[in-house]
Amino acid sequence: MEAQRAKWKVNMYAWLLLLPSLIFLLLFTFYPVLQTIILSFHQADLGSPEPFFNGVDNYKLMLEDDVFWKVLSNNIWFALGTVPTSTALALGMALFANKVLRGKGFVRTAYFYPTIVPMIAVANIWLFIYTPEYGALSHVMEWFGKGDMNWLGDQTYVMWAMIFMVIWKEAGYFMIFYLAGLQNISQELYESAAMEGASSWTVFRRVTFPLLMPTTMFVSIIAFTNSFKLVDHLVIMTKGGPDNASNLLLYYIYETAFSFWDQGMASALTIVMVVLLLAVAAIQFFSLDKKIHYN
Amino acid sequence: MIRRITGAGMFGLAVLWMFPLLWALWTSFRPREHATSWSFSLDFTFDNYAKVWDAAPFAQYYLNTFLIVIGVLMAQIITATLAAYAFAKLRFWGRDVLFILFLVQIMVPADILIFPNYNVLRDLSLLDTKIGIMLPYFASAFGVFLLRQTFKTIPHELEEAARMEGCNWFQILWRVYVPLARPTYIAFGLVSVSYHWNNFMWPLIITNSVENRPLTVGLAIFAQSFETGAQWAEVSAATMMVIFPLLLAFLMFQRQFINSFIHSGGK
Amino acid sequence: MRTVTKSLFSVVMSLALITGCSTGNSTTSSNQTSPGGQNNQTAPAAETKPAEKTELSFYYPVAVGGPLTKIVDGMAEEFNKENPNITVKPVYTGSYQDTTTKVQAAVQGKTPPDVAVMLSTELHTMMDMDAIIPLDDLIAKDGGSDYINDFFPGFMANSQVDGKTYSIPFQRSTIVLYYNKEAFKEVGLDPEKPPATWDELAEYAAKLKKDGRWGIEIPSSGFTYWMYQALALQNGKNLMSQDGKEVYFDTPENAEALQYWVDLAKKHQAMPEGVIEWATVPSDFLEGKTAMMFHTTGNLTNVKNNAKFDFGVAFLPAKKNFGSPTGGGNFYMFKGIDANKQEAAWKFIRFMTEPKRAAQWSIDTGYVATRNSAYEEDIMKQYVKDFPAAKVARDQLEYGHAEFSTHNNGKVTKVLNDNLQAVITGQAEPAAALKKAQEEADKILAPFNK
Repeated sequence: MEAQRAKWKVNMYAWLLLLPSLIFLLLFTFYPVLQTIILSFHQADLGSPEPFFNGVDNYKLMLEDDVFWKVLSNNIWFALGTVPTSTALALGMALFANKVLRGKGFVRTAYFYPTIVPMIAVANIWLFIYTPEYGALSHVMEWFGKGDMNWLGDQTYVMWAMIFMVIWKEAGYFMIFYLAGLQNISQELYESAAMEGASSWTVFRRVTFPLLMPTTMFVSIIAFTNSFKLVDHLVIMTKGGPDNASNLLLYYIYETAFSFWDQGMASALTIVMVVLLLAVAAIQFFSLDKKIHYN
Repeated sequence: MIRRITGAGMFGLAVLWMFPLLWALWTSFRPREHATSWSFSLDFTFDNYAKVWDAAPFAQYYLNTFLIVIGVLMAQIITATLAAYAFAKLRFWGRDVLFILFLVQIMVPADILIFPNYNVLRDLSLLDTKIGIMLPYFASAFGVFLLRQTFKTIPHELEEAARMEGCNWFQILWRVYVPLARPTYIAFGLVSVSYHWNNFMWPLIITNSVENRPLTVGLAIFAQSFETGAQWAEVSAATMMVIFPLLLAFLMFQRQFINSFIHSGGK
Repeated sequence: MRTVTKSLFSVVMSLALITGCSTGNSTTSSNQTSPGGQNNQTAPAAETKPAEKTELSFYYPVAVGGPLTKIVDGMAEEFNKENPNITVKPVYTGSYQDTTTKVQAAVQGKTPPDVAVMLSTELHTMMDMDAIIPLDDLIAKDGGSDYINDFFPGFMANSQVDGKTYSIPFQRSTIVLYYNKEAFKEVGLDPEKPPATWDELAEYAAKLKKDGRWGIEIPSSGFTYWMYQALALQNGKNLMSQDGKEVYFDTPENAEALQYWVDLAKKHQAMPEGVIEWATVPSDFLEGKTAMMFHTTGNLTNVKNNAKFDFGVAFLPAKKNFGSPTGGGNFYMFKGIDANKQEAAWKFIRFMTEPKRAAQWSIDTGYVATRNSAYEEDIMKQYVKDFPAAKVARDQLEYGHAEFSTHNNGKVTKVLNDNLQAVITGQAEPAAALKKAQEEADKILAPFNK
């Protein structure tokens, strides 16, 4: 009886402790998602003042919408372009910043500072770098005797320009996680590897890289989520153009919801996004997590 | 040899990484009419800064951002500490389910739910308020996980000892766990502050008035206000004004920041 | 143990209170009369004398840089001084697009502003949202049509539907051709004879092009549809019906107009390829990187103040005829505000559009003064005499047409912009792209044609 009551008490405390977080979690994550699911089955736009149930029409229209497919494939390319590269670069940066003897502070600062520059500021700076005629890049290309390039005005280059900028912005942030991970690898492992005369490449392949696997997991999850939620720069740089070549899913949701006021469609798009992110998370969680120890 | 080359390459990368900042800094001090030409001259002016400061209420924007960032951080620390303690030290009914619910927030952050959350805020009549900007971020699953990991490493004996001395539950949390997790708090604080200092889409959507508009939105509006053509020097000056305080804070405390991060984050 | 529970409880309660309060608010403050929905410090002052003081919230964009926010704020202050029982609270809401988004969001949130300046093209969308009121009663009470007839018809074209007037022109523009007279002299062209036809434009542009300088730049980001509309108008008729329910993209004339635009870059090599950024075109012109540009008259004062060379302003060249869409922002008044506020808002609109203010505004910015009588003001006469270029835009209004505007304007405009950009970036052929745009736009407009 006594034990029962103690258990009860612990339960109550635990739930009370969790309550504040839970309230906000419910109010701003789960309730909105639920509402969105409902709204996605309604027609609610400028042409219909009172929302009415229209089944899966929004989803049907979405599948027929060329722009939707374009932003989706853009987003996948954007993820493919940013996630592996910035993760790999971050690892390289961390290995270097960890070992380098002279100018450690400078190197770390140089790699890391883009993290604390707001994306809007980044976009302003890079817009000027990419601008033809007098942007920095155009001057550099002039030095090398290459012609000018209209980076943001061309359908193929614009995505590369964005990807490079985002790698610049993110790599330093991920580096910090790798630096943290490197501290946790015991020096003895390296010493014994050195005793055996292993080359530094072998050490990296056999010791460092496998032991950093949890960090890699963590970083790639963040990088992946970021590739879907980072759209601030589009507002400043291209508005998704030319012809949606740089448009991403979240920016399209923003346009649909707040420029066109097509709330049903915006809801359907949001649901696609949520499902996509959860699916990827589930794949990562179930396939990779078994190999990696978290606690 | 190879090491030398990669070393030089990585230094080169660091210089390359610095370039955008230096370029913006340089442009911001150039006289307006020289901003677009590449020719080197020693013209130097504060005009751009003066003009920007005059043209938009950046002081108000600073204050707004500051209040929002601090408000979010305080709330997050409270909610995350309580939740992290529960997850780290208590066994209770529904723990695993709740844990997964929290996980979902990491995968589906509030930033993605801009449209539905706008509706929630509208229903609460909190559009165009600072509290409205903050509310969706009051619970941070990331913070909960970070703190939970740290709390787990704190030995149970310490808690027992404190209990023997007559500390109650809250005091134990406050006197034992919080101080021991200080580096984690700093690391989390760094992430949270830079995140909300950066945040743009959400405040853009829900704020209308100067009284509530944060720096990022103010900067975007300022930079976009030139129908007459890009004013690079002035936009660069505005950009530098926005990033400077945080950059300065970072440069001053970079060692502490990075070290505390290294010793707590990503474990 | 009790203290634990207590402290926990107080934390939870205070959190619950925050949310609790806010839900409570929703019933009271969703009342539509609360201005802008902001609960800030000015409220108590208004409450002390509720009967006399009328407070107006006023959203406005400024699409030109510099201290123009100060000018507008200053005008509002002046108005407040002249009308002690009315307080106008100007809220600067960014670019035109930002302002539209803000206003729409506020309307959806049931806290619309009382007055706002928005693109004149938002008319149909605002009516779809049932957000604005016709101004005819207020006009009738206040001298009738004399006031309205004083505005240039080209500017009123986007203000009226079904014989009712919904908005009053404020900062209005058209597209004009700016050209660098020194560059003209350099290549042996007469600097007093700007190109008057499409063929001349292409010929001159090709002549003016040299290493480091383009012949012409027509911006194609952001306002792509606007520039294209000018070309379409010059080659025939407008792109949409006056009631905004139909669009006419898919015609041979329009395909020809688009082909001409592309040819300036591809065939004549006189213009950069790809999308040209709206904001960099004036800088290019001022830097001598392009010898001519199509741009808004809103840029006139900027170019005048910053050009280090002699420049000219001219009509856009003609194909079948001259033509340019008008552009810029109008005053709108929002639904749900009481009669008192309507009158106050009307007073404010009258004040802001007075001839002498319209004249001053035009001089400060380069926007076209919206009314005939503004050009009778002494300051304006003097200004035009010193700077004849200022007259070009007004004279071109004779060939001015309504700016592209339909129901569900944002979406239809995006469809057009996207397809135009596809052609400009070389991904599609003019005729095919216009056909696609037509189909998509028809689909979007279908609900409004029931």
